[in-house]
Amino acid sequence: MRYIFAWISAMLMTGSAFAQELVGQPTPGALGFQPAATRIMERVNDFHNYLLWIIIPISLFVLALLIWVAVRYNRRANPEPRKFSHNTTIEIIWTAVPVIILVAIAGPSFSNLFYQENEPDLEMIAQSGDLDDPNIYVDAAKEGWITIKAEGMGNWAWTYYYMDELDADGYPIQYVSNGIHFGLPTDPAPTLEKPLYLATDYPMVIPVNRYIRYQTTSDRVIHSWTVPAFGVKTDAVPGRLNEGWFLVEETGVYYGQCSELCGKNHAFMPIEVRVVPQDQYDRWIEVMKTGDVDAATQLVQVIDSDGEETRLASVE
Amino acid sequence: MPMDQVATHDDHHDHDHKPGFFARWFFSTNHKDIGTLYLVFALVAGIVGYSLSGLIRWELAEPGIGPLTGIVEMLYGTSGPQAIEQAKSFYNVVITYHGLIMIFFMVMPALIGGFGNWFVPLMIGAPDMAFPRMNNISFWLTVAAFILAVISMLVPGGNGVNGFGGGWVLYPPLSSTAGHAGPSMDLLILSLHTAGIASILGAINFIVTILNMRAPGMTLHKMPLFAWSLLVTAILLLLALPVLAGALTMLLTDRNFGSQFFDPSGGGDPIMFQHLFWFFGHPEVYIMILPAFGLISHIVSTFSKKPIFGYLGMAYAMVAIGAIGFIVWAHHMYTVGMPSDMKAYFVAATMVIAVPTGIKIFSWIATMWGGSIEFSVPMVWAIGFIFLFTVGGVTGVVLANAGIDHALHDTYYVVAHFHYVLSLGAVFGLFAGWYYWFEKMFGIKYNKVVGYAHFWIMFIASNLIFFPQHFLGLNGMPRRYVDYPEAFSLWNSVSSMGYALSMVATLLFFYGLVEAMIRRRKGEANPWGEGATTLEWTLPSPPPFHQFNELPVVKNEGGH
Repeated sequence: MRYIFAWISAMLMTGSAFAQELVGQPTPGALGFQPAATRIMERVNDFHNYLLWIIIPISLFVLALLIWVAVRYNRRANPEPRKFSHNTTIEIIWTAVPVIILVAIAGPSFSNLFYQENEPDLEMIAQSGDLDDPNIYVDAAKEGWITIKAEGMGNWAWTYYYMDELDADGYPIQYVSNGIHFGLPTDPAPTLEKPLYLATDYPMVIPVNRYIRYQTTSDRVIHSWTVPAFGVKTDAVPGRLNEGWFLVEETGVYYGQCSELCGKNHAFMPIEVRVVPQDQYDRWIEVMKTGDVDAATQLVQVIDSDGEETRLASVE
Repeated sequence: MPMDQVATHDDHHDHDHKPGFFARWFFSTNHKDIGTLYLVFALVAGIVGYSLSGLIRWELAEPGIGPLTGIVEMLYGTSGPQAIEQAKSFYNVVITYHGLIMIFFMVMPALIGGFGNWFVPLMIGAPDMAFPRMNNISFWLTVAAFILAVISMLVPGGNGVNGFGGGWVLYPPLSSTAGHAGPSMDLLILSLHTAGIASILGAINFIVTILNMRAPGMTLHKMPLFAWSLLVTAILLLLALPVLAGALTMLLTDRNFGSQFFDPSGGGDPIMFQHLFWFFGHPEVYIMILPAFGLISHIVSTFSKKPIFGYLGMAYAMVAIGAIGFIVWAHHMYTVGMPSDMKAYFVAATMVIAVPTGIKIFSWIATMWGGSIEFSVPMVWAIGFIFLFTVGGVTGVVLANAGIDHALHDTYYVVAHFHYVLSLGAVFGLFAGWYYWFEKMFGIKYNKVVGYAHFWIMFIASNLIFFPQHFLGLNGMPRRYVDYPEAFSLWNSVSSMGYALSMVATLLFFYGLVEAMIRRRKGEANPWGEGATTLEWTLPSPPPFHQFNELPVVKNEGGH
């Protein structure tokens, strides 16, 4: 009950429940998607809004028809039922119109899907530009890919591998990222910086405005790596290496939660991604190469300004 | 076919020779008795499945792992952090068995075994099912399967508690010895094998009965739509269940005999199980909804006092839904790492299903159009079904788009979607059929006020439970979570309050049943009047132990 009162009072006070919409994590009482941080998610959001313009009117149309027949053709209003049972014209219409609507959905659906699925050709973008947003994407394309592998672990943690960043021994940087809350009395108290069930001990760190190629796999059972604000979700399957890409346009902290049932602690293996400016990322990488994960994580506790206002989560 | 045009010769009901209690209910070969057994069985299993969903909503009512810890402390005598750890596993067990029991032991037995057995022979003018003794085997194998499932809930799962906690989809490696080493999963495999055999035998029985035992003059194109729906359902069962049986057998040998079908370390592939499972699993959802489609058509026609609009279109829409249902399975697997062209194919194929489904929705409304609608208890359930199924259908169109599904897969949006089509679709259809045929089956009248109250409270409650789950899913709450970040608490608490309200509706349902049994108001042969034109209404209520000793002859040409 108290959540409802809190929600209603929040609506009354702000005029909107979403005046304080949180970035990178769920917002209390929210009705829709988390704010997009990638163009992939922006396109998902746009396409979903487009679909709402189709599915809500269809539902209301069916509801209106049901109300109409209930009012107009109930026993009192229409004592003598008519006996027709065919009308070829109307049958053709209600077969053809849905087909047209589906075609109208399929177009944007496929373009949306292939935008997500087809890894961009960075050389091509670097040379000939990107139609939608030349500046960010062309600059990023010139920098090339950053490849990070996320391996779901049998003990409900993620191991991240920075495939191109080798440590002193010549191995890719790798570290285990554990959730810090497990629903136990011994959990640390949740804070603004360490939100309940979302925060990790050692987050994944990536630079802003860079093409990230992420790969997923697993050592035992199936997990799923996802960040809602990025619009990506890929299962981590033992024996397989799945792949996807994204480019985050805003610095900040973004959270996700394992999205394939993986046993006891399924709800307690979060994904935390700290998106930082390139130079801060470079410093983090340098310390990571020495093996001092704690010191490196300290470096990204506060996200440097990249010239724009940092979109850190703000609650109340 | 209107009653007056159907010749009935079944006037000598006094010579029914019913066997004694034990022989009648345990060795039963009578389709109506077996139908009743299935309904009673589904009620019992439904109480179990519904109670499990109560545990889910209780646990999720507010943040923190609470209620289940208390139950675990009682069950296992543990306390403190150990009890919490067990409660997490116990939650997974609860959601798993909620799904399995509702699907295999509530919806399917009620709609197919219960109403199908009762009314397919009556509607097509047959004296009984084609294989009455096989019918008996089907039922008792279903009971055996349920007992095996319950035992499997009570033996160690290998996850710190009793029971298997890998979800009703049984994905390996979580369902292999790597994830659940205990005997629970093996018993569950045995249970589903047994339930599958029962369903295959039942499916053969329905197909043979419908194809061979229709009354003289009743061509397939004059057959009532409920019989059509059961014919399509039975064919789906016959084609889909062997694939599940194959996958389960491979899982069984993986677990016990060292094969590595789904184990990548031996060259196997866990994703292959998902393909096999969903090749069964997607037709399975149509298996659950098609019988409801069939009976909703009769209810809408009866209470609009109008023949079904577009009868042939309705029949072939179900055939089309059944056929397309076999070529869309991988839309459950958009995130497993499929090639994008395959995803594009499954997007297109899945959306095609919206066309025959739309034909059904609009034909129901057209049946009502121009009618003289009586808002009887079954009719309000049917109208509720049509609207709620539409809502579940349009969110299905959203999820069909792989690009959006990447954001929504495995979130509460999916939970909301499939509960709108199953819990508010199939189950509303079930209650519509229950109130439509109650008097016919048991020969007594139920209290209409209770029936209306049951509908309205259930309608509000189930929307309260499931509509907010769309919001949770959009905002990113994954499914199968025992606890969640504070931000999700508002809609979870609303959802749980909806569940509490649904308990009132459920109590009303049982009160209505008990009240009718105590009062025993004598039922009429046809309480619904001129609109009820199918053959079951030509018989007394309840129908004689053996009906149609002389077959009814369907004479008329029109009538649909």
